[in-house]
Amino acid sequence: MSADKKSSEPLFSKKNKKLITDPLTDNNPVTIQVLGICSALAITVQVNQAIVMSMSVLFVIIMGNWIVSMLRNLIPSRIRIIVQLLVVASLVIIVDQVLAAFLPDLSAKLSVFVGLIITNCIIMGRLEAFAMANKPWPSILDGFGNGLGYGAILILVAVFRELFGSGTLMGFPIFGNALPGEESGLYAMGYQNNNLMILPPMALIIVGVIIWVQRSRNKALIEEH
Amino acid sequence: MALNKESNGFTFGFAIVLVVVLGVILASLAEGLKPLKEKNVRVKKQIDILSAMMDVEKEGIDRSNAIEEFPKYVDLSEAVILNNVGEEVSKGKAAFEVDIKKEYRDKNLKEEDKKFPLFIARDKEKNTRYIIPVVGKGLWGPIWGYICLEEDMKTILGVSFDHKTETPGLGAEINKPFFMDRWKDSEISDSLGNFQKYEVVKDNSGSAYPSKVDGITGGTITSKGVEEMVNRSLQIYSNYFKNLNSK
Repeated sequence: MSADKKSSEPLFSKKNKKLITDPLTDNNPVTIQVLGICSALAITVQVNQAIVMSMSVLFVIIMGNWIVSMLRNLIPSRIRIIVQLLVVASLVIIVDQVLAAFLPDLSAKLSVFVGLIITNCIIMGRLEAFAMANKPWPSILDGFGNGLGYGAILILVAVFRELFGSGTLMGFPIFGNALPGEESGLYAMGYQNNNLMILPPMALIIVGVIIWVQRSRNKALIEEH
Repeated sequence: MALNKESNGFTFGFAIVLVVVLGVILASLAEGLKPLKEKNVRVKKQIDILSAMMDVEKEGIDRSNAIEEFPKYVDLSEAVILNNVGEEVSKGKAAFEVDIKKEYRDKNLKEEDKKFPLFIARDKEKNTRYIIPVVGKGLWGPIWGYICLEEDMKTILGVSFDHKTETPGLGAEINKPFFMDRWKDSEISDSLGNFQKYEVVKDNSGSAYPSKVDGITGGTITSKGVEEMVNRSLQIYSNYFKNLNSK
């Protein structure tokens, strides 16, 4: 992954593929690097919103990685964090403006998330750790991989929380009708939604469980202290 | 590279160029998209007003035809602007242009100078409907909505609430039908026309009382914000209706 890689290297060489697959498994930004936890906590009550947030982050991280990587030889090291921040913030504003003009309904739904993207540590983390030292194409792949790795965890947590907290998935009832007086399905048998699932602490507990499962399957991930 | 990347001159130069470039891009984008965004806001307002009165989706009203459909239901020349004690200040189209969100936030504006618009609408069967815009504070940001009253000027026919940044799945649920339906058929004033305060409750007792509404689990502060917003606004409008009826 050095900067003096030959340009004749195939677009999806083994090394480049690893950039995408690593963050999905053994170098996941959420469960291994423990970045982006705040947004995993805030917007995993419903699967729909988790998906939209994942897509927005994916877009911003790919574009950000690409732009910073192209500028990497120009950016003065003393102000590099500020430059990265400017790039991310501008991208987020562009996304926000374009959505508000052309997809106003989606934009209204996203509102809070678009702003939250700026604070997502994964994006700044990848800009600083990868894009500053690598060519544009590997940086785009790295952004894509990390965006997917983040999205996968977000959606997984959201599936648990929406299913057991509201009894729905993407808004569709799974366990039957929960309205008092007209219960059907599981609810008719006395099943109740778990309200704790809706509250923010449950997101941390679920992320914790995912980390536990992942580390017990792959002992190499356990840090030694 | 002949250029010394770490020199102060280069650092300043880079920063200035970057900021100017990004600034120009963002400013021209914002200016270029402004007309589109303003139109979106107007259309959204029309849809919000109508959705307090009826099921806009069922009637096939959406962003593409709201501008033509809106005047069929709401005659803006009948609209009224009230002051903060519910006295009529003026009549006419200006009511639609009143930005109550802005006035609500404006700390320099005196209470008695604030304007409170009231829209008068007719549904398909030509029944008169009164539509009241409301605005307030949620947990993270503004919340707003429209409350539609029946001909008797006190029974709530429907409401449409919305929010900017409430927590998804919790406070953000105030714009979902299950919550908005809880307001239906409740009355804003007693038989003498005096305003009765609403209470958003946690103990699931809302449906048993005419002026209590069940809140949203995990969305207490937003629910309380809705309560405050509804009470503050309806107090003003109920004065107006009371005087209108006693004339």
